[in-house]
Amino acid sequence: MIIGVLGESSPGEKRVAATPATVGQLLKLGYDVVVEPGAGRRASFSDEAYADAGATLGDPYQADIIFTINAPEPARLDRLKTGATLIGVFNPRLDEKLVEDLARRPITVLSMDAVPRISRAQSLDVLSSMANIAGYRAVIEAAHAFGRFFTGQVTAAGKVPPAKVLVAGVGVAGLAAIGSAGSLGAIVRATDPRPEVADQVKSLGGEYLAVQAADVEVSASGYAKEMSDDYNERAARLYAEQCADVDIIITTALIPGRPAPRLITEQMVASMKSGSVIVDMAAANGGNVEGAVAGEAITTPNGVTIIGYTDLAGRLPAQASQLYGTNLVNLMKLMTPEGDGRLALDFEDVVQRSITVVREGELTWPPPPVSVSAAPAPVAPAAVAAPQAAEKKSAVRRDLPLVGAGAAVLFVLTALAPEALRGHLTVFALAIVIGYYVIGHVHHALHTPLMSVTNAISGIIVVGALLQLGHGGAVVTALSFIAILLASINVFGGFAVTRRMLAMFTRS
Amino acid sequence: MTIETAAQAAYLVAALLFILALAGLSRHETARFGNLFGILGMTLALVATVALAVDGDLSGTGLVLLLVAIGIGATIGLYRAGKVEMTGMPELIALLHSFVGLAAVLVGWNGYLHVEADPDGVEAAALEAQGLLGIHSAEVFIGVFIGAVTFTGSIVAFLKLSARMKSRPLTLPGKNLLNLGALGAFVVLTVWFVIDPHLWLLLAVTAIALLLGWHLVASIGGGDMPVVVSMLNSYSGWAAAASGFLLSNDLLIVTGALVGSSGAYLSYIMCKAMNRSFISVIAGGFGIEAGPADDTDYGEHREIQADAVAKLLASAESVIITPGYGMAVAQAQYGVAELTRKLREKGVAVRFGIHPVAGRLPGHMNVLLAEAKVPYDVVLEMDEINEDFARTSVVLVIGANDTVNPAATEDPGSPIAGMPVLKVWEAAEVIIFKRSMASGYAGVQNPLFFRENSAMLFGDAKDRVNDILRAF
Repeated sequence: MIIGVLGESSPGEKRVAATPATVGQLLKLGYDVVVEPGAGRRASFSDEAYADAGATLGDPYQADIIFTINAPEPARLDRLKTGATLIGVFNPRLDEKLVEDLARRPITVLSMDAVPRISRAQSLDVLSSMANIAGYRAVIEAAHAFGRFFTGQVTAAGKVPPAKVLVAGVGVAGLAAIGSAGSLGAIVRATDPRPEVADQVKSLGGEYLAVQAADVEVSASGYAKEMSDDYNERAARLYAEQCADVDIIITTALIPGRPAPRLITEQMVASMKSGSVIVDMAAANGGNVEGAVAGEAITTPNGVTIIGYTDLAGRLPAQASQLYGTNLVNLMKLMTPEGDGRLALDFEDVVQRSITVVREGELTWPPPPVSVSAAPAPVAPAAVAAPQAAEKKSAVRRDLPLVGAGAAVLFVLTALAPEALRGHLTVFALAIVIGYYVIGHVHHALHTPLMSVTNAISGIIVVGALLQLGHGGAVVTALSFIAILLASINVFGGFAVTRRMLAMFTRS
Repeated sequence: MTIETAAQAAYLVAALLFILALAGLSRHETARFGNLFGILGMTLALVATVALAVDGDLSGTGLVLLLVAIGIGATIGLYRAGKVEMTGMPELIALLHSFVGLAAVLVGWNGYLHVEADPDGVEAAALEAQGLLGIHSAEVFIGVFIGAVTFTGSIVAFLKLSARMKSRPLTLPGKNLLNLGALGAFVVLTVWFVIDPHLWLLLAVTAIALLLGWHLVASIGGGDMPVVVSMLNSYSGWAAAASGFLLSNDLLIVTGALVGSSGAYLSYIMCKAMNRSFISVIAGGFGIEAGPADDTDYGEHREIQADAVAKLLASAESVIITPGYGMAVAQAQYGVAELTRKLREKGVAVRFGIHPVAGRLPGHMNVLLAEAKVPYDVVLEMDEINEDFARTSVVLVIGANDTVNPAATEDPGSPIAGMPVLKVWEAAEVIIFKRSMASGYAGVQNPLFFRENSAMLFGDAKDRVNDILRAF
């Protein structure tokens, strides 16, 4: 089958859905690739580079599979042939009009931003790969607009304090921002309603600021969701405190299928120092920051720059195209199980089902929900640890009387025992202790040989039977005979099988 | 130096050799010497004892009988030891325990026939003069009791392990009362016997002990067998020690105590690994109350095919295999070893994580893997490997279930809550080899199967492993 790579028509879009590198991988899957001339120019991929990678330059609209990033306008959609598969980012949760339009056409539409958040699908998750780039770029944009260093320095010209960065929302973008800001030398703090991200923040060198609230969120879908009023109030207080302190704020809070939550109010912005920078990564969906304008950078009367660019990922076009293209290659790998260049849409597969918006002209949106069981973090580990410590203590306390009782019994027994028995009891008690310590050091892998050896050794009872044989009558002799026989099986069998087992253990 | 003193000296040396034998087993490098020391000790003890017997008034026929008995026993023992499959190890060991138990019963009976049944005899008179007759009677009883419990207990364990008997726990009404009653009866009968030794008392106590041993093990389910086998190991030791007291033989006492405490220690390790007290294992009935009450919806499980697993393994950096009893049942250890070898040749780091109660015998998995020529230094125990799962690409769970159940750490309401488990779910991918979606021995559903990073490979473990090998 033929894959057609469209050039993006919207003026702000510099990315492209396939790069020369991903073209090579698509060819390996058995597909032919047609690239619209000039498609990769704005992402620094020349037509020659595509041709060198094995693609044909030409009209991509007659291809069986169409790669794009944004939805082509209706006029260009009309040129697609019947039964074609259109793959791109269509935002079906919010853009109902587009979904309606697509559903009218005799084509199949797969939307890459609807990939469910399960581990298996991570390699196709466009939102993650773009968010990663956007998070990085948000820090770069902020640094560009910020009139100071990020890192603290002591120079001959005076001491420079490090910049303080607050990242609101610790998703993929937030984590990328934390990492980037941290590596520029800033002090990074981060907030998120989900307490389980605290470790991830720490791992990137950031400080996690928890909102002290009753309802901690345990995410079932892997995405954040809307929070209660009580929580929002406490969060607002936290943001208000932080706004007065930090130099840079990067907000990444997005809730799928809903307008972005308002985190930073006008008053908070007003409380910030002049020269501070806010990057609102959710500007396209209404913005986390009051006063942010989608697609623009504005400066407030008190000198705070609010950046609302919506194309942060697109501002690294070569990188974004490479990652997006690789996401598409991974999707093709999933949907080309035979590797023969034939696309097979498998509705049994939850990933493929989730991203399908239209199947052969039939609307299949929205898909059934996929539950992602991100392991809920154990709640309040401190509370668990305390009784455990108490348990240990009480175990010692419980053992003490036991040891005491044992000692007392042994004492009474030995004190009252006649001379002959006393010696035996001494030997017995000491042998138990020796046994306990000797066995305690046995390697776990040798427990079975240990059992068979002790088995053989306990055949020592043969000694008893031997001494009894021939004393007393025929019955005693008969019983002794049987006992010797049985115990001998043990002795010889036990040692022999141990030998066999030990001979098997080899080192690498 | 008389034969008598020489024998005593030989016994002392033998006892020390036995201690060295157990000490030698603590490491792989010295394990073979350990076994050798054990053999030396036993030879010394046997020679000394035979010399002692001959020096006594052992007749010619007696000596012949003695040698014939040892000969037959040795032949049977060596034959069985040479023939046994490593998967059949638990049965063999259980059977061997029963022999010790029975021998102890017979020695105890002989003690009675020798002394108490013949109150006018030389021995009885000698003991009477020392005031030891009562103690001797008590020793007979204790020896017979422990021996008989060991005997029937081991027989039942043997039957269960070899699947000749259902491994489901037997639940008689008031089973704990039955056990306690048997113990009470034993104490009463012992006192009675000390005061007035009668044959019927001995018969009665033997019968009670035989029934108790039977009931004790019958009411414990198949999954608790590692504890049962090591417990019986311990009992067989105590039985030997009791015989030692009876015969005033220090060698028997020392050896019995060594074996007894070794079995007790192993039982302790096993119980700790299941986070349960020894009493609760003995009392049995685990997992019965956790039955159908569990109707939580865990979601869908994901299935995977052998060739996909092969690809996954080939591209993995590190692999941990966690085998369980299912691997032994399916005899999959050879395939697993072959897989390990191939992966290691490709530069994939393969290790094994063994849960202390995996299998039906302490250390069972290690022996199976050793038999299949898996080097022992890649076979690690739970505590050594549990922190490494988070850095592992692929985990293969082969025939294990409860020992890898995340509910044990995450669900405080789970019947297995608090049991230390292998944290396989922390790895990037977990492949579970399983016959069906049935729950494990404990009757607890395993949420691991429904994790998003888990995939099920259904079918016989041996066949599936071979499929993977073919797909390489």
